[in-house]
Amino acid sequence: MDQFNLEIISPEKSFLTKNDTEEVVIPAIEGYMGILKDHIPLISFLKPGIIDVRSKNETLNFYVDDGIVEFKDNTLSILTSNIFDLKEIDKNKVDKIVKDTEEALKKVNIEDHDKYILDQKIEVLNSIKSN
Amino acid sequence: MPSLDDLRKRITSVKSTQKITKAMKMVAAAKLRKAQENAEKGRPYSEKMNNIILNLSAGVGDPQSAPKLLVGTGKEDVHLCVVLTSDRGLCGGFNSNIIKKAKNYFEKIQKEGKSLKIITVGSKGYDQLKRQHGKSIIENISFKESKNVSYFDASKVGNLIIEKFQNDEFDFCTIFFNKFKNVISQIPQEQQIIPLENENKNKDENLESNYEFEPDEDEILSNLLPKNISTQIFKAMLENSASEQGSRMTAMDNATRNAGDLVDKLTIQYNRSRQAAITKELIEIISGAESL
Repeated sequence: MDQFNLEIISPEKSFLTKNDTEEVVIPAIEGYMGILKDHIPLISFLKPGIIDVRSKNETLNFYVDDGIVEFKDNTLSILTSNIFDLKEIDKNKVDKIVKDTEEALKKVNIEDHDKYILDQKIEVLNSIKSN
Repeated sequence: MPSLDDLRKRITSVKSTQKITKAMKMVAAAKLRKAQENAEKGRPYSEKMNNIILNLSAGVGDPQSAPKLLVGTGKEDVHLCVVLTSDRGLCGGFNSNIIKKAKNYFEKIQKEGKSLKIITVGSKGYDQLKRQHGKSIIENISFKESKNVSYFDASKVGNLIIEKFQNDEFDFCTIFFNKFKNVISQIPQEQQIIPLENENKNKDENLESNYEFEPDEDEILSNLLPKNISTQIFKAMLENSASEQGSRMTAMDNATRNAGDLVDKLTIQYNRSRQAAITKELIEIISGAESL
């Protein structure tokens, strides 16, 4: 399969760079989106979810909170401030995030959009936990 | 002429100061390496962010409908200045350079009859500015407790700025910080973040039309711009912390060398006066013996 470049950048550091990616599935704001080589240029947001990176030899999974994606010239750039590898994930940490999120949901004057995002977040995190 | 005892005491005291400055230099050098690494690692994020916004804003046709963070409020009355300095002293001209740059800007603004608001980040900046511009300082933020610069801290500052902007408290926002060029030179910078400055706005004009946006352009832009503010501040903080350590290292290096020179000078003076005393005693004995 054709390969393209992937870079995941967090404010602190360059989180991951790969040049043999074959397919990436990202949780874009309007639904999951699969990206292959020669996708048209794209800018979008991420919602809480799982990034699925497939290359020839391995498949990587990351959890993200939010972020921005840009695809241009066969390079997919993901800018995110909160990302971690599913393999290194700590159960307690997930529990803590879920708790915080549930707290945030209890706010009275919450907007529909925020509520939707937070609901998504809990759902994803719970599915991580059960695996 | 100080007595021999006084000289000896002074030499010991200078030597112990030298030990301290030497230790501080070494600590700064170790921290510098880390801070520099962090600053370099942080650059891709802010560059990428800038690129995306550039591509996006090139496509905004109608300035009326564009987000205010991008094009400004249309007025030019109130200027907000965010002055980023360190929390600790003993780092040469690091803080004074930023303050000097900022003060020049303040004067310019006040001459034009516009009002000024200041947010200081880092306690040293507050200390230096409060006497002259105390009334204009609306907020003083300090991250003394956090060891390393974190994005979380930067976004606190960013959110504060955005909140104030949305409450119509100012029209322009400029940040002041030191850009880390290398260990011996740090350049004080002013950067306007609201409205966003785009020098090469026209360059990529054709590019954006090819992009697919999801959701639509305006929504992306209005979401992205607040994030960009935090990112720019984070970048400034990273540059600043690298500059601070670099500046401290050079300052302490100079101090150590000065102390060395001083010790040499004092030692010579000490030896001379010791020799003089001996000679004087000898002359007294000899002339005493001669007169017999």
